[in-house]
Amino acid sequence: MRPAHTEDVEGSSRLGSFARRLHGVGPLLGLVALCIGGTLLNPDFATFDNAMNVLTRTSFIGIIAVGMTFVIISGGIDLSVGSMAALIAGSMIWIMNALAHGVGGHTLAPLAIIAVGIVLALVLGGLFGLAHGLLVTKGRIEPFIVTLGTLGVFRAVLTWLADGGALTLDNSLSDLYGPVYYASLFGIPVPIWVFLIVAAGGVIVLNRTVFGRHVQAIGSNEQVARYAAIRVDSVKIVTYVLLGLCVGVATVLYVPRLGSATPTTGLLWELEAIAAVVVGGTALRGGEGRVIGTVIGAILLSVIANILNLTSIISVYLNAAVQGAVIIFVAFLQRGRR
Amino acid sequence: MSLAVRFDNIEKQFGPVRVLHGVSFDLAPGRIYGLLGENGAGKSTLMKILAGYERPSAGTFSIDGVVKAFDSSRDAEATGIVLIHQELNLADHLSIVQNMFLGHEKRRGFFLDELTMREEARARLADVGLHKHPDTRVRDLIVAEKQLVEIAKAMLRDARLLIMDEPTATLTPAETQRLFALMARLKDAGVTIVYISHKLDEVELVTDEVIVMRDGRFVTRGLTAETTRQQMANLMVGREVSDMFPDKPILADDARVAFKVENDYVPGWAENVSFSVRGGEVFGFAGLVGAGRTELFEGLIGLRPRTAGRITLDGEHINPRNPRAAMKHGITYLSEDRKGRGLHVDMALKDNLTMMTLERYAHPLLDAQAERDALKKAVGDFGIRTGNLASRARMLSGGNQQKLALAKFLHPDPRVVVLDEPTRGVDVGAKRDIYFLIHALAAEGRAVIVISSELIELIGLCHRVAVMRGGQLVATLGPGHLTEERLIAHATGTH
Repeated sequence: MRPAHTEDVEGSSRLGSFARRLHGVGPLLGLVALCIGGTLLNPDFATFDNAMNVLTRTSFIGIIAVGMTFVIISGGIDLSVGSMAALIAGSMIWIMNALAHGVGGHTLAPLAIIAVGIVLALVLGGLFGLAHGLLVTKGRIEPFIVTLGTLGVFRAVLTWLADGGALTLDNSLSDLYGPVYYASLFGIPVPIWVFLIVAAGGVIVLNRTVFGRHVQAIGSNEQVARYAAIRVDSVKIVTYVLLGLCVGVATVLYVPRLGSATPTTGLLWELEAIAAVVVGGTALRGGEGRVIGTVIGAILLSVIANILNLTSIISVYLNAAVQGAVIIFVAFLQRGRR
Repeated sequence: MSLAVRFDNIEKQFGPVRVLHGVSFDLAPGRIYGLLGENGAGKSTLMKILAGYERPSAGTFSIDGVVKAFDSSRDAEATGIVLIHQELNLADHLSIVQNMFLGHEKRRGFFLDELTMREEARARLADVGLHKHPDTRVRDLIVAEKQLVEIAKAMLRDARLLIMDEPTATLTPAETQRLFALMARLKDAGVTIVYISHKLDEVELVTDEVIVMRDGRFVTRGLTAETTRQQMANLMVGREVSDMFPDKPILADDARVAFKVENDYVPGWAENVSFSVRGGEVFGFAGLVGAGRTELFEGLIGLRPRTAGRITLDGEHINPRNPRAAMKHGITYLSEDRKGRGLHVDMALKDNLTMMTLERYAHPLLDAQAERDALKKAVGDFGIRTGNLASRARMLSGGNQQKLALAKFLHPDPRVVVLDEPTRGVDVGAKRDIYFLIHALAAEGRAVIVISSELIELIGLCHRVAVMRGGQLVATLGPGHLTEERLIAHATGTH
């Protein structure tokens, strides 16, 4: 109404968007600083091979964290992804081994068996996500509780499948499957390509599609979204299914690495994935977040581990402690943004 | 015993929005003041400052000649200033007595003195005429009973200056009468009372003097006995009330029935409600808080379960199970709770505008430029004043937020649009803009339904007004019958 007001509004929002922009590059600045530090501490850090090594290791958590970004922005959480990955890995290996030994006198070609395994991983991931989504929306149970429950269920079922030990992929298959993790395309390992594709897909879906906008709207204020004729339940279910698929993809890449699943497979992955999302600038309360931030967050966390490995300033055993301190520090920087 | 208050150039700013612009006046001890003003005039904010809930951005106030600055409502209560809130401030899970003594619990040694507290609570509840056991949980009370608990709670604090913000909004006439008797007793005991109300007949009945505020400024004051109700209304609005409203568009006798509801049931809220609205008609819904108006329409668009009823839209029977289905049929509903249900205040203006119809902008990726163009158009069409199109909805003033919300719920181009308290918390200028917008919508042939607690608004705006009481539609008043007295009588059941 009064011109003075509009000026105020303009001024403060300009300031606000500047602060947001600065905030957006925060994780990137942190990553650059870490890389410079790493290079100074050990010249081996800044080699192409080491960079590829770090990124390959990042890709499992990174792919899961991209899916987790959607769940967290919509106001949810999934604590079960580590156990889910373990169970999917175990089920894949179990089925593939069974097929390799032949069913009813027939045997499939090894390539077909691996294809079946991969499809199974994706289907299982999608189904587990669907179950989470249905329990959260139709069952009206807190996502924290639902996924805390399945965290226990998934890992226990795997332990039972493996009879307390390890499920190991048949040798005839692991040689064929190995390249999915170990091979390179144009000098860059396959898992990094997949990570890149998943991340790029995540960026586009979150920022440029109806679904992505609805995810943000639900996290920002679920009630408003409901009144704005958004199908809140369906959107939430899809976020959990997407995350399940991401876990499936990550597992498909992970299985050929060691060729086995044990009760400790994927242990604490959920915390690393959530940490990557939070370090990347997505608020745990939902509403706002960036996929690129998550990617940087995931890389940042594994760079920390890598530097500790390459240098002897702090024991490798304290890796988790350093990561934990970084997470708390980032949360400290984000505090007070409303 | 009594308190004298003097406000000296009080200013208050919330973010970019200035709600008080240098208010000065004083209150003499032992009188009952009616504080008048429209929504957004700044009455509640000024009283919250006096009661220690807010601090002034500039200016001071003094109590009995001494300049005071309260750090908290507790500070103010220690001085004898107690505010009874408009929005009820009770902890739902606690009992009546626990709420009444919250923060002021009586102890015997280390332990709570339940017995004394319960006895005192019982005595105060009897004063206000609430016959409930003090151990009843507050969540089991209806809104009017909660209001009485708030008043009883204030009685406990030995108030010397009592501020009542719309205390009768939810009360029945009998309860209101008992409250007035209580106020007279308090006045005799030397308590100063500031009474904020939109019900001018009550103000006329119970106050000694009226003080009028408008747009965050003190306007005038005068003895109640020397001021007519019409004068009060005109002073509040700042112009002849009749100028606020555009001429009602003439409704053709043969205008088609656009929206018809028959024998609708929303369990717990609406029983056997039937009405019909014609294209081009502005149809009002009056009623007390809790009469079921909001819930009826939440049911009709699928936000609440309906157990029976038939909805006909342009001759076609529909049964929307969720707001999306309702929108596809051509009905949208703008909630009374703008920040909690109407707008994503932390999201961009364009995101809010296109939220309901985002599919239009996806081919399949979202076209941000088309969204910005739509925003530019809406800003012009709806007169939204903003310096920066890229800002968030939070940065707009209340009136401009409301215009954005209107634009959002009209973006799907509905045939029937339901507006719940469309002018709540907006200033007079924006109010008038919104009234003209509503009539423009009707002139386009839409059926417009307005739910409002401001009777003047319903009378000035609507062709016909339905009145709900206790979940039932008790009357529909047409031209020639639309008066405040009739609406109140039907809403309270005293005609």
